[in-house]
Amino acid sequence: MREKILTFIEKNSRVDLKELAVILGMTEADVANELEAMEQEGIICGYHTLIDWDKVTTERVNALIEVRVTPQRGKGFDSIAERIYKYPEVEACYLISGGYDLLVSLEGKTLREVSAFVSEKLSTLETVISTSTHFILKKYKDHGTILHQKKEDERMIMTP
Amino acid sequence: MRNPLSEKIVTIRPSGIRKFFDIASERKDVISLGVGEPDFDTPWHIRDEGIWSLEKGRTFYTSNSGLMELREEICRYTQRKADVSYDPKSEVIITVGGSEAIDIAMRAMLDPGDEVLIPQPSYVSYEPCTILADGKPVIIELKNENEFRLTAEELKEAITNRTKILVMPFPNNPTGAIMERADLEKIANICVEKDLFVLSDEIYSELTYGKQHVSIASMPGMRERTILINGFSKAFAMTGWRLGYACGPKDIIAQMTKIHQFAIMCAPTTSQYAAVEALKNGDKDVEMMRESYDERRRFLMHAFREMGLPCFEPYGAFYVFPCIKEFGMASEEFALKLLDDQNLAVVPGSAFGGSGEGFLRISYAYSLKNLKIAMERLSAFLTKLRGSAS
Repeated sequence: MREKILTFIEKNSRVDLKELAVILGMTEADVANELEAMEQEGIICGYHTLIDWDKVTTERVNALIEVRVTPQRGKGFDSIAERIYKYPEVEACYLISGGYDLLVSLEGKTLREVSAFVSEKLSTLETVISTSTHFILKKYKDHGTILHQKKEDERMIMTP
Repeated sequence: MRNPLSEKIVTIRPSGIRKFFDIASERKDVISLGVGEPDFDTPWHIRDEGIWSLEKGRTFYTSNSGLMELREEICRYTQRKADVSYDPKSEVIITVGGSEAIDIAMRAMLDPGDEVLIPQPSYVSYEPCTILADGKPVIIELKNENEFRLTAEELKEAITNRTKILVMPFPNNPTGAIMERADLEKIANICVEKDLFVLSDEIYSELTYGKQHVSIASMPGMRERTILINGFSKAFAMTGWRLGYACGPKDIIAQMTKIHQFAIMCAPTTSQYAAVEALKNGDKDVEMMRESYDERRRFLMHAFREMGLPCFEPYGAFYVFPCIKEFGMASEEFALKLLDDQNLAVVPGSAFGGSGEGFLRISYAYSLKNLKIAMERLSAFLTKLRGSAS
C-alpha cells in the first residue's frame, strides 16, 4: 500500500488526495494517514518541482565534483561529508564506490562562482586529497524525465 | 465492362467505426477516448532489439511459421501464463497481428455453410472473417445483466448441427468483460459434449485487474479443440509492429501455415526479433502498464458513479462499457451529439454488434490528465441532457 502511494506520488506529487484515493482504490482517510505517517518517518522527504532551468533566462551552472578524501578515525566519511553538504551551494552529496569517495553536485550562478567554491572551500578542507570538477553542459534526462521533448499523441483518433 | 467486384466482399458491411472516424477526424481539439491501442510506447529495450536486428542486417524472410527462437519463447510463455504446452515445431504459427490468425484459422477450418458462433459485442473482424471463409456467422447476444459473459444457456441455445466453431473473445473488446474459471468450465463442457472447436482470442490476456486470466485451452479436453490466439500489440504496446500468433493442434496449424505461406510468406522479421526480447525480458513492463491501466480504470468507474452513469465493473482489457439507455437515443446518435456538443469522441457500442446498442465503448488507454478532462466533458453533457429532459 505504501509502495503504491510512493510510486504514484514520486511522479506526480500534485495529485489531490481524493483523486489519489480513487486511483489507488483506497479510502481517502487511509491515504491521508499513510502520507502523514511517511512524512513523520522521513520516508517522504519533500515535494519538489522538476524544472528545466535552461528554458528560463536566469543563468545557472551545474557541476559534478569527484572528491577524494581521507576518512577519519571513528567517523569514516560521515563527518567530512557533513562539512561539505552543509554548504547551501551543494545540491547533492553521495558516498561513492570506486576511484573516488564523494560525488558532490553543485549549483552556482556562474563558472567563476563554482570554481571559487571548489578552490576556496572544498580543496582547502584538510581531509580532501583531490577534486575533479565536471561542468554539466546539457541535461538530457533528469529524475526519469526526458527534457527537451514534448510528446504528442500520434495515434489515430479512433480504432477498433 | 463487367462488374469487377465479388458479390461476397461487396455485401460485407464496412466497420461501423469508419464513418464515425471520418467525422471525428475533421474536427479540431477533439479529446478522443476512441482508440483501441495502448498509449505507451513500446518499451525501449524491445525497440532497441528491433533496431539492433536491423543494424546486424537481419532483413531476410524467416521460415513461414516464424523464427524458431520466437516460437520457443512463445511456448515457454504460454506454458507459464496459460498453463498449456505446445510444440514449437508444429503447434505454433507467428502471424501478422492476432487479426491474421483469426482470418487464417477460419479459412483453415470452415467449409461452406459451417456455422461460427460469435458472441457480441465483440471485436469487429470475427463476422467478416467468417463470411470470407464461406462460414455462416451466428451471433450470440451477450447481456449486460451477465456482465457480458457468455453463459452456458446462451451457448446451448445457439448450437445447431452445423455449428463448428465458437469464438471466445475474452478479455473482451469492447466491454472489458472477462470469463473466470467457473464460467469457462461450463462452456468447455458443452464444447466437448457437442464437439465444437474454439477460437479463443486472448489478445488482452495480460490485461486483467484483480483477477487472473484463465485460458479455455487449459481446461480438460480443450487443448485439442482450441486455437489460442494471442499477440504482442496490447500486452507489450506493440500494435504497429503487427505481430501475433496462434497455438493449436498441429493438423490445424499446418493448414493455417499453408494459407499464411501463400498470402503472407512470413511475419515481419524485425518485429519477430523484437518480440523475442519482449517475451524474455518484458514482464516488468507488462506489470507497470497493467498497474497504470488499473489506476485509470478505477478513476473512470468512480467518475461514472459520481455522474450516475450505470456501468458494470469490467475486469479486463482497457475499456469500460457504460449504459446510456436512459437517454433514449441510439448509441451512434448519442456519440455524435457528444462529439458535437463537447468535442469528446467515444465509440458507439453498436459498432461491435447489435447487442452493443445502448452502450458506449470508452477506452482508458489515455493519460489520467486526458481522462480527467474527458470526464468533465461527459459529465457536462449528461447534465445538459438530463436538464432538457425534465
